[in-house]
Amino acid sequence: MPLDHVVFWVFAPVSVGSAIAMLLQRNAVHAALFLIVNFFTISVFYLVLGASFLFAVQIIVYAGAIMVLFLFVIMLLGVDRHESLVERLRGQRTLAIALGVAIALELFLAIRAGVGFATKAPPGFDEAVNRGGNAAALARVLFRDYFFPFEVTSILLIVAAVAVVVLASRRRRAITRAGSEAAAAGAEEAA
Amino acid sequence: MRTPISYFLIVSAMLFAIGTVGVLVRRNALIIFMSVELQLNAVNLALVAFSRMHEDLSGQVLAFFSMVVAAAEVVVGLAIIVNVYRRRQSVSVDDASVLRG
Repeated sequence: MPLDHVVFWVFAPVSVGSAIAMLLQRNAVHAALFLIVNFFTISVFYLVLGASFLFAVQIIVYAGAIMVLFLFVIMLLGVDRHESLVERLRGQRTLAIALGVAIALELFLAIRAGVGFATKAPPGFDEAVNRGGNAAALARVLFRDYFFPFEVTSILLIVAAVAVVVLASRRRRAITRAGSEAAAAGAEEAA
Repeated sequence: MRTPISYFLIVSAMLFAIGTVGVLVRRNALIIFMSVELQLNAVNLALVAFSRMHEDLSGQVLAFFSMVVAAAEVVVGLAIIVNVYRRRQSVSVDDASVLRG
């Protein structure tokens, strides 16, 4: 059994299992931790697929930065809240699961029709494409063919940073009607 | 590499379906957001698998861009969730049924 087979069959069940566990967790912190496990398994898949730069980026950006941000917000908002199990729309849950199974089946059929279950990747990826290492090869493609989109992403990041500063500032805005109603209700309850 | 490419695509499809169910079923806005991240990662995995199959690094570049956009999206989305929580003292999407602030 080749080594990449072993790696795949070890990490694929972990990947799907951690995703399902994330779905079933009641506690948001536990869900975030399962999602981190999932991101690590996906990064291992990247390594097997010859994308070693994305392997590092996945761990640093996703498992590191993004999930720390998630955990920070969960802690900020409080973790001891449980969501109600009452369905606002009747039958939504069963319908959602049926739709999820349907989309999975549809994707399987598309993979079977478009790629085929036994198609193997052509050998020699590291010599032919990843010449001089994956990071160098990726940089060649990124800065030759995709330079303009790369610059646009920098603008996107700046805009996102400014937007967050505006959204998250604690500056007191004009008192809205909802705010004054809530204050009135609170005063009535206190009385 | 002897593992067929379709295996990775099947894992990606399963993760995407799980993420879809998560978005539809869960009530907590944070967990819905995490499910969206799961879907994005599933698509990234498919992109990298296709890049390996076609021996073209454009797929990896696209996955890289999608990570950058996901980072920006997470930051803005979490700020919006924090703002909604400040207004309503709840992160349940059922409570935020009115657009009026």
